Amino acid sequence: MTALLTTTTPVAPPSPRRRGGGFLRSLLHNRKAMIGLIIFIVFTVLAVVPQLFTSVTEPNKLAFPPALPPSSEHWLGTTSLGQDIWAQLVYGTRQSLVIALVAGFFATVLSVLVGVSAAYLGGVADDVLSMIINVFLIIPTFPLIIILATYAGKGTLSVVIIVLIITGWSYGANQMRAQALSLRNRDFLESARVRGERRSYIIFREMLPTMTSLIVANFLGAALYSVLTAAGLQFLGLGDPNSISWGTMLYWAQNQQALQSGMPLWSLAPGCCVALLGVSFALLNYAFDEFSNPALRPVRRRRRAAA
Amino acid sequence: MRYVLRRLGFFVLTLWAALTVNFFIPRFMPGSPLQALRARTFNKLSPAALEQMLTAFGYKPDENIGVQYLDYLGHMFTGNWGVSIGSALGEPITKIVGQALPWTLGLVGVATVLAFLAGSVIGVLAGWRRGGTLDSILPSVFVVTSALPYFWVGLLLILVFSVWTGGWLPSDFNYDSSVQPGFTPEFIGSVLRHAILPGLTIFITAVGGWVLTMRNNMITTLAEDYIRMGRAKGLTNRKIMYQYAARNAFLPNLSGFAMSLGFVISGAILVEYVFNYPGLGYLLYNAVQNTDYPLMQVLFMLFTVAVLVSVLLCDFATAWLDPRSRAKG
Repeated sequence: MTALLTTTTPVAPPSPRRRGGGFLRSLLHNRKAMIGLIIFIVFTVLAVVPQLFTSVTEPNKLAFPPALPPSSEHWLGTTSLGQDIWAQLVYGTRQSLVIALVAGFFATVLSVLVGVSAAYLGGVADDVLSMIINVFLIIPTFPLIIILATYAGKGTLSVVIIVLIITGWSYGANQMRAQALSLRNRDFLESARVRGERRSYIIFREMLPTMTSLIVANFLGAALYSVLTAAGLQFLGLGDPNSISWGTMLYWAQNQQALQSGMPLWSLAPGCCVALLGVSFALLNYAFDEFSNPALRPVRRRRRAAA
Repeated sequence: MRYVLRRLGFFVLTLWAALTVNFFIPRFMPGSPLQALRARTFNKLSPAALEQMLTAFGYKPDENIGVQYLDYLGHMFTGNWGVSIGSALGEPITKIVGQALPWTLGLVGVATVLAFLAGSVIGVLAGWRRGGTLDSILPSVFVVTSALPYFWVGLLLILVFSVWTGGWLPSDFNYDSSVQPGFTPEFIGSVLRHAILPGLTIFITAVGGWVLTMRNNMITTLAEDYIRMGRAKGLTNRKIMYQYAARNAFLPNLSGFAMSLGFVISGAILVEYVFNYPGLGYLLYNAVQNTDYPLMQVLFMLFTVAVLVSVLLCDFATAWLDPRSRAKG
């Protein structure tokens, strides 16, 4: 996930109130963003109304003959336990998407809170907060997640989400802090201070709107991280083995040696969905990166990076 | 010098924080090694006998928590890591870790460094020609590869190169069990063959990120005045590209590399699990499955130290390569 975002200090956007129409338009004109958006919308529809796409209502029930090849009745065949793979895939969308969005959202909120307050408060508070950010950045998260998930009992949905939030916020916080620092002494904030605005007003109405694109990019990065990590956790069998999600499907497929026993679809299909959802977040993220740093936009003639 | 001291201070503090987290998590979470061990022995041994066994292994739940904490810190530093209470009951942890470590270093270390170097070079080339063929295709491709789950790439490779080709490349373990370990061509060949697929998995999923960051750094650097200056002086493109732009664009990537090692480790756990590769990641998975608390603690400590040491090394390398970072102090 780290690698998807620029490591250079984000270029501060020009002025606080020139968003709106341009934002949406450049989103629609960016091919990468459009592909990412379409994938995301398809998965959202699958997650909201899975019953429209399959006649099976209980995808985990062992209702069919095991290990059927793909047919018109079972599009992707059945598992060696006798479940319809397509139905599991459709119903599994919901949990994977919920994990991504909820964990991504709260991790972003946390990184904005910590990052912006560190930059805004400055002094000792900044030292302490950046220390905490750096410690969390460096502690290897996945082993920590595995250990946490094990101790907390085989992860229910909420355990998985909480663990993802705890381990997923620090990268964004670091970026938020960098950008907030670069904004701190800008004139428009200075004038707000001179006007005698309250701190909360300055932070929420003046500072945060200028950081919108970075916040969105961060959310997408955190969501990507959550999708991949949650799938990895469930694949290792640290999720709830009875839940319906792509990661759990992968776990059972691995458990039943799906690749070796001629049912590659059982393993490939959910993995493909995880990858697609991940790609959708990554593409949107990349597009937003281009958006927040004009120097990176694909252009015919080179532009100078905004200083 | 002040810079070095500050970095060392940070190193010690982070290590301490990680070790403390490591110490307190098991003690705040439900369940205990005693219960786990009892479940594993199917209640055949009496609780008293089990407790005695654990005490012999250095498990002292009744002692003052402060004393336990200090003991634990001391043990972590002196390498007195105790014995496993998992599947290899009673085996010293130093020995278990010692057996797994070379495999992880060899496989994951080499694949990661290769991916980093290859990614950086490709990124330089892609960033150099804005709007060129390379620049219009590569970013999209690598955005996609870097979003792929590690384990799934591994499964895909197993399917294509091992299952479909009838075992053309081995899909598990570190070498053929029929080969005697030693410095023989058969053994080395076997080790290499077994490393191809897992190594490739790590390479494919890791390289994309480096291409993208390097490209972005390159673009930012190319807009600098000294590049323009170089052009004005009439330097060759080659010289500007490698000696002016790439060298500077590489610096942020270097610190990014150290920071990303945490993610590399997470990928390694999944890859080693998929390929049954007996490295540290696989060991952690097994330790978790068997609730082997001492082993888990040591492994987590080692992962943290690995990341911290590389962050420190990259910091020093950056300080050495880039005078500006020294000036900031």
